[in-house]
Amino acid sequence: MSVSHSQITRLYSRFTSLDKGENGTLSREDFQRIPELAINPLGDRIINAFFPEGEDQVNFRGFMRTLAHFRPIEDNEKSKDQNGPEPLNSRSNKLHFAFRLYDLDKDDKISRDELLQVLRMMVGVNISDEQLGSIADRTIQEADQDGDSAISFAEFVKVLEKVDVEQKMSIRFLH
Amino acid sequence: MERYKQAFHLIKVVILALMAPLTQVPENTSQGNWEALALTGEQSLPYSLFQSHSLRPPTGQEQLSSWGFACSLHSVAALAVPRLTEAFQALGGCVPELELKQWATIRLQKSAKKPQPQLPRTPTANGIIERDETPMEKEITLLHRADFEFSHIFYFCRKGFEAIVEDEVTQRFSSEELLSWNLLTRTNVNFHYISLKLTVVWVIGVIVRYCFLLPLRFTLAAIGIMSMIVGTTAVGQLPNGRVKNYLSEVVHLTCSRILVRALSGTIHYHNKENRPRKGGICVANHTSPIDAIILTNDGCYAMVGQVHGGLMGIIQRATVKACPHVWFERSEIKDRHLVTKRLREHVADKSKLPILIFPEGTCINNTSVMMFKKGSFEIGGTIYPVAIKYDPQFGDAFWNSSKYNIVSYLLRIMTSWAIVCNVWYLPPMEGEDAVQFANRVRSAIARQGGLTELPWDGGLKRAKVKDTFKEEQQKNYSKMLAWT
Repeated sequence: MSVSHSQITRLYSRFTSLDKGENGTLSREDFQRIPELAINPLGDRIINAFFPEGEDQVNFRGFMRTLAHFRPIEDNEKSKDQNGPEPLNSRSNKLHFAFRLYDLDKDDKISRDELLQVLRMMVGVNISDEQLGSIADRTIQEADQDGDSAISFAEFVKVLEKVDVEQKMSIRFLH
Repeated sequence: MERYKQAFHLIKVVILALMAPLTQVPENTSQGNWEALALTGEQSLPYSLFQSHSLRPPTGQEQLSSWGFACSLHSVAALAVPRLTEAFQALGGCVPELELKQWATIRLQKSAKKPQPQLPRTPTANGIIERDETPMEKEITLLHRADFEFSHIFYFCRKGFEAIVEDEVTQRFSSEELLSWNLLTRTNVNFHYISLKLTVVWVIGVIVRYCFLLPLRFTLAAIGIMSMIVGTTAVGQLPNGRVKNYLSEVVHLTCSRILVRALSGTIHYHNKENRPRKGGICVANHTSPIDAIILTNDGCYAMVGQVHGGLMGIIQRATVKACPHVWFERSEIKDRHLVTKRLREHVADKSKLPILIFPEGTCINNTSVMMFKKGSFEIGGTIYPVAIKYDPQFGDAFWNSSKYNIVSYLLRIMTSWAIVCNVWYLPPMEGEDAVQFANRVRSAIARQGGLTELPWDGGLKRAKVKDTFKEEQQKNYSKMLAWT
């Protein structure tokens, strides 16, 4: 992952400023201390994305790995490595990251319940269960191609093929 | 040719540095003549006395008391040292050409700006990432319809990650980052090693600061605090009356001036005609405990605060005898009505000094003004807003109370180059609804001081954000969704 030296330095100083316990790792509470993240309806899911299965602490390496998904795709033009593994910020990996935000139990399918849960997080108490259910049903019906009432990753990609994922899931660094 | 230019620059800097004390003369002479007047026992009101002093132009024939002279020498040291060091750096040959030019350009630009302190500084855009400020509505409904789509989470996701990398709020609770290094290790966060000559200059700087400036400042501070305690206790013995008020103001002002000198403070006051009057409330943005000293350097206020133990408690008990400061016990602070009632009584008495309040409630790092708590604006009375902006090149005045206790904070202040700040007195304001009034005052202060305005609560330094904000975001999103 070719990030410039100054970007890494700045991200490291950000990491240490978030690390109130000063033990080289971040916990979920450290993330929740960021007010703008705490008021984000999907804040908890985003925080979860940093923590690998069953763990409560993330070190700087893990922190950078997760952030790497949000690097702009143009950066890859400079370092085309055909033989290496696909970079974390490719379109496919960005979509996979978004897919995992929906797919809680990691069975590679977004079920109706999982979709309902995410919807509930985003709208709060402002929409009733029935209305939310009908929104979920309609969404799945439109995207579902193989008729199993769940969305697989391939179907997910198909629905989003017209969306400019690169621009929407990227963070531009100033330096 | 380059060498000649740099030599000229060095000579110019040295001459500027030597001329620096001449601009300090008005403050020193006012202090010197102040003491002379006190000795002759003139009974004129202190307020008008300040005004007449500030209007007098500096003349060479002003008799400097030996005290004032020592202070001006001290100010020379404080101001000359960084300018000389920058000249040394400019001559350093090991610094790479491009960095030298960039850095020298920044320095020249900054020194060119200094003769005009009236212009407020624009907030430096020192961010890590480019934040996308498209509002939720535009971004989501751009995606064809307002029906729910999987892509809606992209908006929240990106906002979340932007907040993780850099957020508006938590950066205000730590010191501001500088564009160019000012030879203090503490601001060395993102600068790396450039050359040996620079390191040598830095070592000289450390020796100067710790071995020369620090003992001098420490003794001045000790003298200041001692005279404050002794003076106010002495004045406190007198019966209440005009003489007592006058003397207590003399004592407060003189001690405050000694303490400002102890910190090598160079303060520029603007719009002195708007200075807070008796029976008013002075509100200012809060950066550090020395804000109070900086304001009392120019006028007398009644302080508001909690009773502390230790040295601070001794000072509080001594000063309250001379002048009616408002100190609350810890238990009283919790009762908001009691606090408001006491302050209201104080303000209603027109003979009492204006009270000084910091509505943010906590120290913010002087790049922005956070939410003003509405309590101060419910008391009634005229509000006199004051904007305080420190120049971070000479020293960082912000107190990060989670990282440093008060003693190490004072040590850091006393080993900086100087405390340079601008104080703007804004015209008095009045208002009806406390919350809106608070926001108006905050905007005025932010605009004057060149600070950004944030609607966030300074209490977020320690407390969690309220759930109502998240619910608001959820409500906004659900309004955009169309459902059958």
